[in-house]
Amino acid sequence: MVNGGQRCEKAGAEGRDENRSGAAPADGTGGIHMTNFMSIVQQIIGGFGTTMLIFFFTLLFSLPLGILFAVARMSKFTPLRMFMQLCISILRGTPLMLQLIVVFFMPFYVFGIKLSTGWRLYAALIGFSINYAAYFGEIFRAGIQSVPTGQREAAEVLGFTKTQTFWKIVFPQMVKRVIPPVTNEVITLVKDTSMAFAIAYAEMFTMAKQVAAQQSNIMPLFVAGLFYYIFNIVVAAGMGMVEKKLSYFE
Amino acid sequence: MSLFEINNVRKSFDGLTVLHDITVSVEEGEVVAIIGPSGSGKSTLLRCATMLETMDSGSLLYLGETAAKNGPDGWTVYAPPADLRRIKGYFGLVFQNFNLFPHFSVLRNLTEAPVHVQKRDPGEVEKEAKELLRKMGLEGKEYNYPQQLSGGQQQRVAIARALAMNPKMLFFDEPTSALDPELTGEILKVIRRLAEVKMTMVIVTHEMAFARDVADRVIFMDGGYIVEEGRPEDVINAPKEERTKQFLARFSDQGAIPSGGQE
Repeated sequence: MVNGGQRCEKAGAEGRDENRSGAAPADGTGGIHMTNFMSIVQQIIGGFGTTMLIFFFTLLFSLPLGILFAVARMSKFTPLRMFMQLCISILRGTPLMLQLIVVFFMPFYVFGIKLSTGWRLYAALIGFSINYAAYFGEIFRAGIQSVPTGQREAAEVLGFTKTQTFWKIVFPQMVKRVIPPVTNEVITLVKDTSMAFAIAYAEMFTMAKQVAAQQSNIMPLFVAGLFYYIFNIVVAAGMGMVEKKLSYFE
Repeated sequence: MSLFEINNVRKSFDGLTVLHDITVSVEEGEVVAIIGPSGSGKSTLLRCATMLETMDSGSLLYLGETAAKNGPDGWTVYAPPADLRRIKGYFGLVFQNFNLFPHFSVLRNLTEAPVHVQKRDPGEVEKEAKELLRKMGLEGKEYNYPQQLSGGQQQRVAIARALAMNPKMLFFDEPTSALDPELTGEILKVIRRLAEVKMTMVIVTHEMAFARDVADRVIFMDGGYIVEEGRPEDVINAPKEERTKQFLARFSDQGAIPSGGQE
């Protein structure tokens, strides 16, 4: 706090131009200067990396897991189908934050293993991946079921095996159909990464809150918001490109 | 030995019997047309023959090989999956609404199964597929996607896709019902040409004139029974059964069965 104040005064003394970027007067009690702004950005960028880490690995694991969930959820084997239905119901019906806490403390309470600092990231990835797999699973199930029966019948008559039919015929058509709802989930995930704070994993928003508390200023939170927004614009544009690429059929 | 044989099929859905003890056999080179009102069971019969539907009881044979037979408890028992896969290679099915794979090009619709199911050489399969498309008048459409084609063109692709597997026989499930009347002609022409080269075919159709002209035998079904069966000129022009007369009357009233060989 003291540091921040000093920097503010220094900046104020050095250049009047920089004062204009701040909304409050540059009296050294919470005014925002360019250098201060840059330092906020720098600190937040540090957290952005961890946010990215959670984001990419969660997608990497939850998308394939979602397919597995969808297939299990549609299984002809009733116990498996019922079990999956229950899992999805719990994963969707309880707070993600609680799920992260449960995953984080599980090794300690169940196996008596001492929790290490490194475990935080793994716990976050496991928690996020399973939770998102539940949502993706339901989206994929809807997508799979929306592929006309005639497609499967045509494949069956041509002699394709069930596995071939799924990967060659059903899956590509399903992917096309689920892009819009999947984009929704991916964008939500970008923002949900902030929930990792529940197990004290310092991602971007946690950092922003710390900086905000230090400086008694909510600006860092807005800066973090801007980062999420810009990143989501990139995500949406990327998904838009995928959608366009798949527009060659139907 | 018949090329295709389905014996004493019974099939019911939720207690409603749609096939009562149906027996049909088809000789090599024969063209059989199945006609009848909707709900008569003709499509279900075709689906049982192509194993898209399981029979409750009855047996199914292709080239004398058993695909299904009655078990000791009277219910149909199907052959092991490996045998069924081989037997499925003996026939092709053309659907009412084509069911082409929309994400594959026209050419890939034809080549995918021969390459990945029959494990044939991709280069050779592609050459044959292109030749088939040329015969179907679809030259230049190889790399188009199904949605870019007209209904008639799509159905011709579907027929080519079935032929690319080199089947011994073809089933058609109302191949022209989803098409505009002016497009049905091109499909009927293709089927007629296949009949000329002695392709064995079973065609479920509502095109009475076509059935009479192209078929060697006509089967009239109603209410899950075969009501009348015989040479087309007998069944369609001079039906014996009252129910057949009734059914065909609707067509002749509308002048839908002219005597000439039209398509």
